[in-house]
Amino acid sequence: MTTLTASAPPRAQKAARLTLGLLLLAMMLAAIAALSLAVGARPIPLETVWRALTAYDATATEHRIIWDLRLPRTVIGLLVGAALGLAGAVLQGATRNPLADPSILGIHAGASLAVVLGVAFFGMTQLSSYVWLAFLGAGGAMLVVYSVASLGREGATPVKLALAGAALSAVMFSVINGILLTSQRTLDEIRFWQVGSLAGRSMDILFQVTPFLIVGAVLALAVARLLDGLSMGDDVARALGQRIGISRALSGLAAVILAGASTAAAGPIAFVGLTVPHVARSITGPGYRWILPYSMLLAPILLLGADVLGRVISPPGEVQVGIVTALIGAPFFIALVRRKKLAAL
Amino acid sequence: MTAAIDTTGIIASRAHSASRRNRLAWALAAALAVTFALSMYLGDFPIPVSGIIQSLFSPLTGLANRSVDFIVLQVRLPRALLAIASGAAFGLSGIIFQTLLRNPLASPDIIGISRGASAAAVFVIIILGWTGLAVSLGAFAGAVLTALAIYFLAWRNGLTPYRVVLIGIGTDAVLIAAISYIFTRARINEVQQAMSWLVGSLNAARYTDLLVLAAAMAVLIPALIALLRSLDPMELGDDTARALGAPVEPARLGLMLVAVAFAAFATAAVGPVGFVAFVAGPLARALLKGAGRGFLHAALIGALVMLVSDLIAQHMLPATQLPVGVVTGACGAIFLLWLLITSGRSGRVN
Repeated sequence: MTTLTASAPPRAQKAARLTLGLLLLAMMLAAIAALSLAVGARPIPLETVWRALTAYDATATEHRIIWDLRLPRTVIGLLVGAALGLAGAVLQGATRNPLADPSILGIHAGASLAVVLGVAFFGMTQLSSYVWLAFLGAGGAMLVVYSVASLGREGATPVKLALAGAALSAVMFSVINGILLTSQRTLDEIRFWQVGSLAGRSMDILFQVTPFLIVGAVLALAVARLLDGLSMGDDVARALGQRIGISRALSGLAAVILAGASTAAAGPIAFVGLTVPHVARSITGPGYRWILPYSMLLAPILLLGADVLGRVISPPGEVQVGIVTALIGAPFFIALVRRKKLAAL
Repeated sequence: MTAAIDTTGIIASRAHSASRRNRLAWALAAALAVTFALSMYLGDFPIPVSGIIQSLFSPLTGLANRSVDFIVLQVRLPRALLAIASGAAFGLSGIIFQTLLRNPLASPDIIGISRGASAAAVFVIIILGWTGLAVSLGAFAGAVLTALAIYFLAWRNGLTPYRVVLIGIGTDAVLIAAISYIFTRARINEVQQAMSWLVGSLNAARYTDLLVLAAAMAVLIPALIALLRSLDPMELGDDTARALGAPVEPARLGLMLVAVAFAAFATAAVGPVGFVAFVAGPLARALLKGAGRGFLHAALIGALVMLVSDLIAQHMLPATQLPVGVVTGACGAIFLLWLLITSGRSGRVN
């Protein structure tokens, strides 16, 4: 009895501390979003940004830049970032694999393959029609990778999942390359989408993917409790009365919706889903009820930050955000692999 | 008494393995010869067998038939020979990596060494505007640099297979990003030109490529045979091998260098043809069923896979010549699934 009451205050304290942390992150995110509206080939002072948002003047060029170019870009960055962070965290929890990420598990390759097939053989040229293809490809690839990895006695172990994902990605990329070689038109269509970029995406696409992103996010946050169960291992989860098959299926569904929709909107962006949950975990500790919201705020901070960075590092051009995140994320991934603890996987 | 029986048993089983090894090697060589003959014969321009034979020996006999000789000696022969040489080099590179790292997924095409060659090739084609043999040199440098990077990043009190493979996968991702970036900066024609290099193709096979690769292999194969001898004590475990005075670390490093060189020269000659290095080793082992290491067999299988795949790539679709890498990629997929499934069943991947 006494121990219970004694342990209650620290727990409440932790919750208060973590809630405060979330608020701080939200403020950081707002600041980066403001930066994303202001920074670019044509820098716009923050007061002008504010005026454009509150009192829009269609005759002012700067106001038009904000509304037509930078606002869609920023909002897509926010949503895609949040989706990638959540997807990565959910995948890592559901597979108990610290290396899980939409790109490692072949989801990106699947989405790319579907888009390439659509462009090459069905003449799809609108970014907006890529959404459905990317979804189809993401879901299919996830299903195949998971089934291949779970064949055999000990099921889908983390290393087997990562290897199956990487190997099947290699296969899918060789098919993609084959198609691109024979069709210059497809190559021209796809090469800008395939890098992963927030630029040039219209509000149309945003409206198309937003419902999916919302459904995916709600589902992901709803399975947080199930992920906590799964993270203790199948046997413990089962003993706690959890039906692990259903838990895995629901989390997998959330991850595919989120990764599919974000890939459709911004192209395959690697490493955000991989790195962010680790940063979140180092702040919050192991519980997914905190890891998920933290990932959801940290990832768009990283993504928008990378996007802003990409706009200024090589003037007059831009470096696409997918390249900046790869350059930030890959060293992180390598450091993670080098850590001794992982040897136990 | 028992010792005597054991010895005869071992001798008997050794003799048995040796004959199995030899039979398999001859069978593979025969299959390779048949495929080679087929690759001389098949094509849009029908040439009777007598014409092919006459052409092949025309440098000796002096009997020339200009149009037939051109097709046989300048188009089909260099292509087939390059397929055989590069396939053998890929196969050897793959089985060395797989043996040293004790992991079937550790082949150079899976862990990103070939991608390093691609990234370098794309860079020199699009940014520096190089062409021809210079591109191959660039690709070679890219493969070697990537291998070095993976080696140093994965080194931590020694190498463990899983770490090498995963670091390779991470490196691969960075190289993909680099390639995509260069592509967005280039004109579409340049991209197309670099693209055909990315998949790996024999469509532009030349004797210069063949000569460079053959010269490299003439140095590398004796080096490999010498190094393999020092591998024998290592079968007993590192500590025992060291106690027996075997230079374990130098031998391992040497083999790694040879494997990288095989992959790099082959990639420089024909591009990063995927999955040939990956399938050759495991296939050789599966066919040998424990009768030896199978380096020779992996080389033969690599050559055979390359030659057969190129025949399929040339003749499958009527109007288009697919790059060979597309065919090896698709075949590799099937093989890979089989490998993941069966290795899962026996309870281990690495």
